Amino acid sequence: MHRSAMTYCLGIESTADDFSVGIVTFEGEALANVTSTYMSESGGIHPREAAQHHTRVVGKVLREALRKAHIEPKDVEIVAFSQGPGMGPCLRTGATAARALASYLDVPLMGVNHLVAHIEIGRLATGAEDPVTLFVSGGNTIVAAFDVGRYRIFGETLDIAIGNCIDVFAREAGLRPEEGLPVAAMVEELASRGVVFVPLPYTVKGMDLSFSGLLTAATELLRKTKYRLEDLCHSLQEGIFSMLTEVTERALAHTEKKEVLLTGGVAANKRLQTMLEIIAKEHEARFCVVPKQFAMDNGTMIAWMGILAYQHGLKVPIEKSFVRLKWRLDEVDVPWMKR
Amino acid sequence: MLLKKGAEASLFLEQWHGRKVVMKKRLPKKYRLPQLDESIRSYRTVHEPQLMHQSKEAGVPSPTIFLVDVEEANIVMEFIEGDQVKQILHTLTTEGRRKLCSYIGMLIGNLHKHGIIHGDLTTSNMILTPHGKIVFVDFGLGEFSTELEARGVDLHLMKRAFQSTHYKYAKEGFEAVMEGYSDVTGKKLAEDLLKKIREIEERGRYVSREEG
Ligand SMILES: Nc1ncnc2c1ncn2[C@@H]1O[C@H](COP(=O)(O)OP(=O)(O)OP(=O)(O)O)[C@@H](O)[C@H]1O
Ligand SMILES: Nc1ncnc2c1ncn2[C@@H]1O[C@H](COP(=O)(O)OP(=O)(O)OP(=O)(O)O)[C@@H](O)[C@H]1O
Repeated sequence: MHRSAMTYCLGIESTADDFSVGIVTFEGEALANVTSTYMSESGGIHPREAAQHHTRVVGKVLREALRKAHIEPKDVEIVAFSQGPGMGPCLRTGATAARALASYLDVPLMGVNHLVAHIEIGRLATGAEDPVTLFVSGGNTIVAAFDVGRYRIFGETLDIAIGNCIDVFAREAGLRPEEGLPVAAMVEELASRGVVFVPLPYTVKGMDLSFSGLLTAATELLRKTKYRLEDLCHSLQEGIFSMLTEVTERALAHTEKKEVLLTGGVAANKRLQTMLEIIAKEHEARFCVVPKQFAMDNGTMIAWMGILAYQHGLKVPIEKSFVRLKWRLDEVDVPWMKR
Repeated sequence: MLLKKGAEASLFLEQWHGRKVVMKKRLPKKYRLPQLDESIRSYRTVHEPQLMHQSKEAGVPSPTIFLVDVEEANIVMEFIEGDQVKQILHTLTTEGRRKLCSYIGMLIGNLHKHGIIHGDLTTSNMILTPHGKIVFVDFGLGEFSTELEARGVDLHLMKRAFQSTHYKYAKEGFEAVMEGYSDVTGKKLAEDLLKKIREIEERGRYVSREEG
């Protein structure tokens, strides 16, 4: 295979429980993505333990990604890593690996924003140009849209992230992850068999959301044997997804954009997809959902962001490549978006 | 005549006993379960007029309510002539903008002092009348509360609206709002709220994720 004319970027993602390496060409072709996920006993994430896991797997994941992409280390022309936001110890592990690799290969190092990366991979994968984005994952719940140079945040959670809400509920319900099946997917499956709707707190403030009251109420209902788990999963999903859809619709009405992009790990949920598709249609907008492999945290999106940033001259000198735990989406210039 | 299609409701401009009125119709949302949809629509249809009424009592202009039909989730209210603050903010001079924002802050302060939380403080929900009055609309997400948290979230939404929609003068705009706010509620509360807003902004970020 002759790929010598192409330029490759290797991206390292390590904001939370996933350590992932992706390799992408300058044309935006994703050649490989390898992820190793830290699984804890309790289900929660302990940043230091997750970071130790990442340190253990760095070599293995890198080798596997290069092998899958059929390239040699010397073919890598840019190294990108997620510089934030995320958990300190996890971010630092990825950053250290990226710095070492970039200086060993003597190639540019690009520190990129994890949140922007989620949006950009979504745009690349779906062809969306200028969407209202709903980014829903284990650690984030954000409604954003581009305006003059940056992605502006229109709404976000006031307490816990949506993925976290589902995961905590699932654990309280006694569900445990099985091979290749996250607990949230089990909740989705159970919910599809729910019939009775039990009202739960519904908290929307403008375009912001709050899930903690609902989570507490739902968890309390678990202890009452009166309700079937299927019905509680159904009620939980209907409540939280209706809230998400409501604020996304509000952002859509305000911005008058013509696309809706759903991304992040929770984007896998079919019920949420259906709801968003309905409001997109009502506002004559195109509904786009990120393919599963790019919805969860992945190195590919970091590599692609690295390419965009590199092409627009946003280099990061190694001495300025410190991690940024609370780096906000609207602090990042996105010069590749026009207007 | 359809005046506006909001996210929640469609607003129609109509004649009603010789008056120009707005009919706010909360139409069913197909994405929601009918049971949940009905309870949300009727709850908001009942609460919005109550909050608007109390708002007037607090000296903050809001549309007069003429008719409430909970069954159909319809509200008939006074039509407010004027422009959304969102549309005109950029046309003002720096000083004019500061004055307007400070005035808005005073009105928010008055709402809060009277236990009213607006729930969706954006510049689209404030109408500047030809007489220079500001009228607050869309209380559908509001509530009655005097808690610091609720007030903080309300102001946080205002700040966010500036950042997302008026990023050029987000800082000066929101500072002026807080100035006006402080004038009616007192320095102490305004300062506590600025702290609260910062705390709210820190939440929901990665940091607050369960790390147990
Ligand atoms: N079928 C599903 N329905 C709903 N949620 C799902 C489903 N499958 C996975 N998820 C959610 O996706 C989340 C994981 O996604 P992702 O990898 O994007 O999040 P994360 O690792 O917490 O990262 P981030 O740093 O982007 O917040 C989990 O919290 C899980 O609840
Ligand atoms: N009584 C009124 N007179 C004139 N204009 C009004 C009146 N009420 C509302 N409007 C205008 O119509 C817009 C939409 O109304 P409103 O906010 O009540 O609808 P909504 O569907 O609840 O909005 P949202 O999109 O925030 O959910 C307001 O932003 C305001 O500018």
